[in-house]
Amino acid sequence: MSTTIIEAKANLDNALNAEGRQIPLSSVQITDYDHRQTVGKITVDNPKMICRDVNVYYTGKQALKHVSIDIGANEVIAFIGPSGCGKSTFLRCLNRMNDTIPFCQVIGEIKLDQDDIYDKSIDVVQLRARVGMVFQKPNPFPKSIYENVAYGPRIHGMVDGKAEMDELVRASLERAGLLKEVENRLSEPGTSLSGGQQQRLCIARAIAVNPEVILMDEPCSALDPIATAKIEELIDELRENYTIVIVTHSMQQAARVSQRTAYFHLGDLIEIGETDQIFTNPKHKLTEDYITGRFG
Amino acid sequence: MFIYLFLSLLLLSAGAYHLGRKRAFVVANGHIRKLHSLPSFYGSYTALWCFLPALIVFGLWITFQQGFIIDLVVAGMPPELRNLPPDQLNLVVNDLKNLVGGNFVSSAPNPAMLAAADHYRHLRTVGNAALWVTVLSLAILGVVHAWRAISPTLRARNRVERVVNVFLIASSTIAIFTTLGIVLSVVFESILFFQKVPISEFLFGLQWSPQTALRADQTGSSGAFGSVPLFAGTLLISGIAMVIAVPIGLMSALFLSEYATPKFRAVAKPALEVLAGIPTVVYGFFAALTVAPLIREIGTSMGLHVASESALAAGLVMGIMIIPFVSSLSDDVINAVPQSMRDGSYALGATKSETIKRVLLPAALPGIVGSILLAVSRAIGETMIVVMAAGLSANLTANPLEAVTTVTVQIVTLLTGDQEFDSPKTLAAFALGLMLFIVTLILNIIALQVVRKYREQYE
Repeated sequence: MSTTIIEAKANLDNALNAEGRQIPLSSVQITDYDHRQTVGKITVDNPKMICRDVNVYYTGKQALKHVSIDIGANEVIAFIGPSGCGKSTFLRCLNRMNDTIPFCQVIGEIKLDQDDIYDKSIDVVQLRARVGMVFQKPNPFPKSIYENVAYGPRIHGMVDGKAEMDELVRASLERAGLLKEVENRLSEPGTSLSGGQQQRLCIARAIAVNPEVILMDEPCSALDPIATAKIEELIDELRENYTIVIVTHSMQQAARVSQRTAYFHLGDLIEIGETDQIFTNPKHKLTEDYITGRFG
Repeated sequence: MFIYLFLSLLLLSAGAYHLGRKRAFVVANGHIRKLHSLPSFYGSYTALWCFLPALIVFGLWITFQQGFIIDLVVAGMPPELRNLPPDQLNLVVNDLKNLVGGNFVSSAPNPAMLAAADHYRHLRTVGNAALWVTVLSLAILGVVHAWRAISPTLRARNRVERVVNVFLIASSTIAIFTTLGIVLSVVFESILFFQKVPISEFLFGLQWSPQTALRADQTGSSGAFGSVPLFAGTLLISGIAMVIAVPIGLMSALFLSEYATPKFRAVAKPALEVLAGIPTVVYGFFAALTVAPLIREIGTSMGLHVASESALAAGLVMGIMIIPFVSSLSDDVINAVPQSMRDGSYALGATKSETIKRVLLPAALPGIVGSILLAVSRAIGETMIVVMAAGLSANLTANPLEAVTTVTVQIVTLLTGDQEFDSPKTLAAFALGLMLFIVTLILNIIALQVVRKYREQYE
């Protein structure tokens, strides 16, 4: 068994080295590494995104193995797991941000509503307007607060005229719970805000293009507890209108904000279930070890 | 002679370093932990004590030795020589030096001079011997002092670092004082020039013809010093160069940093930088022998009159020469914009070109303006290409197909060959240099203001 795995890996490495970024699927024999079956119910009644058998390779190294999961409409789903388990990688598959990383290949099926997002007919620009993203470290553009929020609507031509734009910027800031704090200084640079405010500005910026799904990659890991609490409150409110996928290292945070939780381990999706069930009655030994703090 | 003394001093210092280091081990009984500083610092401390005081005395000595010896020799001369007026005495001293050095002297040496020369040689031998003794004994005294001072509690690191600090400060001030010296020398020569030629004529005159009459009966030398045609020519050629270099440089920077594969970039960037390494003389004859005739042919076939030496040829080649200044530096600053800015933009559904136009370029603006500014100052200061390809005639024209000349080219032509340094023709070079300096300074200040106004600061 082990020899075939090593051989297969060597095959894959060679194919990737020889061909660079693109490898035709047919030319490579992809063999399962020690892949673990997912415990729990992966489907939901009203899915927003459907992911089936998603694999990700970085120059031949498999970062994600056969991940299948549904993301329900208007739910907050949390991805947890130790560092390097593939949860951020999977998140970045959902809006194809992995496209910007050279030598990263995604194999599998991810559907947003009925559209396969890796299909050739899908414009990645349109996709990212529908699936927004908030990053680990607040990254406002070096522009004014107003321009930060207006950036997305402007590039997508969403508004006609200044009045409409003003309206949209204010509404987005309001929904991100930031308007009161910045109302009188919209022309100041976004970078002049505090860390927590910057992260809410980034959320407002994402909301402004009216996405259907918002991906959050450890959005509170660079923030203090008070700013974290504000963002968690905001996530709960945003659930009414958006589907939210959040990657977090804080199990308390996952328990507080999410309805369902998925536990990743070394590229496998180990267990998925209702958040309450995962934290009180995990079915898989690895999940139990992680949430009880035995490792991770 | 002096170089041997200096080398011995260096050798001695190297020995002192080892002595000091050994001594540190000894006073610590072999336990480095007991020492305040690492043993190498005690070594450096000893070496500095050996080297610095001796070097200072050495320097002062050789600065003043000659003057001192001459004073002594003059004092020992017969009264009829000693009591000459200062300028004639100077002449005698000069003769004396030549006599000692074995050069030709202005008149046949008389006995008094020969005696003085002997006296001089004798004093010099004594002085040099004394110098050796003094310097070397000072070095040894320094070593002894340091040797006795070394103890586990001696803060050798702090002292050595203080000396290094002073050395660094001195190095940085050298650059500043050199700049100051250059500016002052140019200013003083310019003042001399403006005493002969009115400043208004220099600044606003439209005629440049610096040939002045050397003798009263000389003809054909008008001596007009209006600098406007020169600055117009400089602006014209630099303008053409920038029109070529800025768009091409910026676009290649964008391609290299955002679109090119890492493999291509690794090859293309050094290849572009090779352009900057080609000597300007080579560019010059490329412009004069290849580009200028080509432009002339194309122009003639279109029915235009093109001078065989044209501003266009010089400007084109100069533009190509400064492409790497723009592209390489701009590429660096665009690359320095954090990846998180790109991610943020892409995640909002921005395309690559939108990200470049709206996020990357504004964030990289200060660096881009800096690179353009560097290119401009290169273009303004460039001489060789213009000498060869644009000619020497000071035409006041905006037509790039005609021959023009630039400030730097005129400075070169004014100062090559035999010169008399009190004629306005030669002094004009300094006035031009001063003007050029002021113009580039103003350009710098304007660019700084632009950057301050439009910069978008990340972090």
